[in-house]
Amino acid sequence: MKRFAELIDGLIFTPSRNGKIRLMGDYFSHTPDPERGFALAALTGGLSFTDAKPAALRNLVMTRVDPVLYGWSYDFVGDTAETISLIWPPRPGANREPDLSEVVETLAETRRVDVPKVVERWLDALDAQGRYALIKLITGSLRIGVSARLAKTALAEWGKCPVDEIEEVWHGLTPPYRPLFDWLEGKAERPAVGEGAGFRPLMLASPLEDDDIAALDASIYRAEWKWDGIRVQLVAKGGECRIYSRTGDDIGPAFPDILETMDFDAVLDGELLVTRDGVVAPFNDLQQRLNRKAVTAKMLLDYPAYVRLYDILFEGPEDLRQLGFEIRRKRLEDWYGRAKPQRMDLSPMLPFTTWGELAELRNGARENSIEGLMLKRFDSAYVAGRPKGPWFKWKRGPLTMDTVMMYAQRGHGKRSSFYSDYTFGAWKGDELVPVGKAYSGFTDEELVRLDKWVRNHTTKRYGPVREVEQGLVLEVAFDSVHRSTRHKSGVAMRFPRVARIRWDKPPHEADRLETLEKLIVE
Amino acid sequence: MVDITHMTHMTSTTPAAPSANVASASIPVPESWIKVLPQGLYVEPGDFFVDPVRPAARAVITHGHADHARPNNERVLATPDTLAIMRARYGDAAGASLQALPYGERLRIGEVNVTFVPAGHVLGSAQAVMEYRGCRIVASGDYKRRADATCAPFEPVPCDVFITEATFGLPVFRHPPDEGEIARLLHSVELFPERSHVVGAYALGKCQRVIALLRKAGYDKPIFLHGALIPLSNLYQELGVDLGDLRPATGLKKDAFVGQIVMAPPSAVADRWARRLPDPVVCMASGWMTVRQRAKQRGVELPLVISDHADWDELCQTIDDVGAPEIWVTHGREEALVHHATSRGIRARALAMVGFDEEGQGEMPEPPEVPVRGGSPTQGELL
Repeated sequence: MKRFAELIDGLIFTPSRNGKIRLMGDYFSHTPDPERGFALAALTGGLSFTDAKPAALRNLVMTRVDPVLYGWSYDFVGDTAETISLIWPPRPGANREPDLSEVVETLAETRRVDVPKVVERWLDALDAQGRYALIKLITGSLRIGVSARLAKTALAEWGKCPVDEIEEVWHGLTPPYRPLFDWLEGKAERPAVGEGAGFRPLMLASPLEDDDIAALDASIYRAEWKWDGIRVQLVAKGGECRIYSRTGDDIGPAFPDILETMDFDAVLDGELLVTRDGVVAPFNDLQQRLNRKAVTAKMLLDYPAYVRLYDILFEGPEDLRQLGFEIRRKRLEDWYGRAKPQRMDLSPMLPFTTWGELAELRNGARENSIEGLMLKRFDSAYVAGRPKGPWFKWKRGPLTMDTVMMYAQRGHGKRSSFYSDYTFGAWKGDELVPVGKAYSGFTDEELVRLDKWVRNHTTKRYGPVREVEQGLVLEVAFDSVHRSTRHKSGVAMRFPRVARIRWDKPPHEADRLETLEKLIVE
Repeated sequence: MVDITHMTHMTSTTPAAPSANVASASIPVPESWIKVLPQGLYVEPGDFFVDPVRPAARAVITHGHADHARPNNERVLATPDTLAIMRARYGDAAGASLQALPYGERLRIGEVNVTFVPAGHVLGSAQAVMEYRGCRIVASGDYKRRADATCAPFEPVPCDVFITEATFGLPVFRHPPDEGEIARLLHSVELFPERSHVVGAYALGKCQRVIALLRKAGYDKPIFLHGALIPLSNLYQELGVDLGDLRPATGLKKDAFVGQIVMAPPSAVADRWARRLPDPVVCMASGWMTVRQRAKQRGVELPLVISDHADWDELCQTIDDVGAPEIWVTHGREEALVHHATSRGIRARALAMVGFDEEGQGEMPEPPEVPVRGGSPTQGELL
C-alpha cells in the first residue's frame, strides 16, 4: 500500500504528462505482482467497491475523534478523504499495514456490515498518506488527473510496446493483469486479443491549413462534415455494450439512452450529439450530459443523445479495419439499412469535384453543429493513431473579436513562472465584463512579452491571479458562442484562443458585448 | 523604572517548581501583571514588551523571525544567537542597545525575573520565563518538540500560565518524521536526474534545517543557494552549525544545476528566478504542505512536510508537559487548542494579539480564493 500511496500522491502533484508517465513506469518496475496489477486496475477505473461509502467513513471517524475538532478541520481542509486521513488518531501497536492486493481481495469477500470494521483496522495500520490512498481507492474516486488511456500509455512506454497493442489485448484481461505484465517483461506470449467489448484505438485526422490543400489530389479524397460533438466508439459484442470516448474511457453509464438501442453486434465510429427533432443542439447541451456517473430521467428528456455514424470497424466477428474507407462506408450503409438502429443516423457524404467547390460548401455552413470538414482518402485503412496523410480535418475559419485583457493567472508545470492564462472582457457601456479565458495561441517569445506586460501593469493581486490595467487588446478566435448562466456576461465561447496580440490597438476600440451576443446561435 | 542596561546578571539556575504548587495568598493574578496592548504583550512590573510589534523602549525578543524580532527597538534583550541574527538582518536598526542573555541565566528587570530556555524553533530561539512574586508565566514564542540539529531542543518549564502558539492548532496537522520527507526528496532527485530540484524554504531556520537533514541523510554534494539565503546560512556556519559545501546559485550555466538541489525562498521557487534552472522540480518545505490542495495551489510538485512549528500532537503534549493550570493561545488556530485544553479541565483563552504572522513565520501564506473563471474576483487585495 505504501508504494501505491506514494504513486497516488506523486501523480496528484506532478503537472506534466511525461512526469506522470515516468512515475507510473517507475512504479511498474519496482512493484511486484499482483500489487502493480491492482494499481493498474485502480488507475484505469477497473476496480469498484460498492460497500464503502464516504458517509460510513465519516461515521467511523466520529467514533474516534472529537466532532467539534473534526468540523473545524474539515472546514480548513475542504475534502473528506483528506480530512479523515489526516485526523485519524494513531493507535499504538496497530496491525501490519495491508498491501493493495489484500485490500482488493478482502473487500471482495467481506459482507457489507463488516466493511467498517475491516476498514477501521486498515486505517489504524496505515500512515496518513496510506489512509488517503485507501479512502480514495475504496470510495471509488481517485480523481488524480490520470485517464485510463494515460495509465495504459505509461504501461506501454515502460513495456516498450505501442499503446494500441495494449488496447487491443486489454479487454480480454482482468485485474491483476498477470499475463499482460508477463508479456511486457518478455516472460510470456502476447495475450489473446479479447473477443469482448474492448476499445479499439481510434483513427484521428491531422489538421489541414487552407494553404496546404492545393497540393492534395481532390479526386482521391472523400468529404463529410465534422460534427461538433464528441467522438465515440460504440462497441456491441456478445451482448455487452460499451460507449468509449476518444481516449478509451467508458462513458456508457452517462448515456443509457444510447446503450439501450445497441442491440446489434458491431463496432462503430461516430459523433455523440444532443439533438431535438433531428436538429443538432449546441455543444453546451451535450456538455450537460458529460462527466456524469449517472443521469436523471429529466436529463434524458431535456438533452436526448444521438450518434451520427462515420465508420464501421467490426461487423459481427469480421474485422473491417484493413479495408479501404470507401468499402467500409458501403458496408456501413448496408449494415445501417439492415440494423436500423434507433437514435443513430449516417453522417452524409458530400460529393465534390474541386477543392474550390468544397471550400464554398464549407464557408456556407454556419450552423453551430458543424466544426468544418473531414477529408478521407478513399482507400485509407482504419489505423490507430494519427497517421499523416490519409485523413485531414479542415476546420472552418473561426470567429474573432477584439477583447481587453482583465486578469492573468500563472500557468502550470513549465509555465508556472509565467502569467499565461488570460481572462479577457468586452465593453458593456463603459465597463468591461469578462467573456472568456484563453491560454494558447501565442508563441513562447510572445508569452515572455505578455508575462512582462502583466507584471508591469498589475493593479491588484489575488494569490496566483493578477488584475491588470485595461490596456492590452487581445484578438481572440473562437469556434462558436452560446448563452451561459455560469458567466456574468451571460455568454460563453467555445475553444477561445489568442489569435493576435494587438499591442497597437487602443483598448476603447475593442469590441462590445452586443457584438458577441449577435453571434449566439439559439 | 529600571534601565535594562543597568541590570545585573545573575547566575544560571534551573527554574524552581511552579508556584501553583505553593499555597500563597500573595501570588498575583496573571492578568494583573501581563497585558495585551496594541504594541504587544506588556509585562507591567518589568516595564517591557515581549516581541513587540511596534518599536518599544524595552523589548525581550524570543527569536529572530521578522514577526517577533522587529527593528528599531531601543533596548533589546535576547539570546546571543538571536542578537547575532538580528544584527545580520537589521544592522544598526537591530536596536539602540543590545543585551545578550544566555540560556538558563536569570536577569532581574524591574520586579520581574527573566530566564531564557530553549524553544527548539530556530537557532537562538527561546521561551521567555518570567517570574513575579511567585507567579511564573512562560511566553514560549514559536516552538517545536522534535530534534533539530541546528538548534537547542525545547525544554518544558513548569509554570502557572503557558503562552503557546497555535500555528498548526488543528488535529489534521501531524508532521511526519523529517527523515522520511528528506528521503522522498532524495528519491525524486534519483528519479529525475536530468532535472534540478528547487526547494522553497524560509531564509531563517528552515533553509538551514533542510540542509542539515540532507547532510544527515548522507547527501554530500554542493547545495546551491538563492542570494537571499546566503547571509543567514553563513551566519549559522559561523555560529558552529555545519552545513557542508554551500554555493551561490548565481553566475552558473543552466547545465550546472542538472541533478542538483537548489534552495530558494518560497516566493522564488515558481517565479522568474527559477527560470535559470533546468526543468526544476518545485519542492516546498513547510508544515502547510500537509494539505494537498494548498500545495497544488502553489504549483508545488514535491511537498515536503517539514515545519519549525509544533504540530497538533506536540502542542497537546507540551500543554501536558508544562502542567500549567492555565494556557493562553496566540497566533494561529486558537479555537481548537482552547477547545482541547478546556475539555481537559485546563483554563484556556485566546489572546487577541495583532501583528503576528498568522501563518507562522517561515511558513507560507495561504493564497486567497482565485476568481471564478471569467468572473470577478471576490476577495480583496493581498499584496
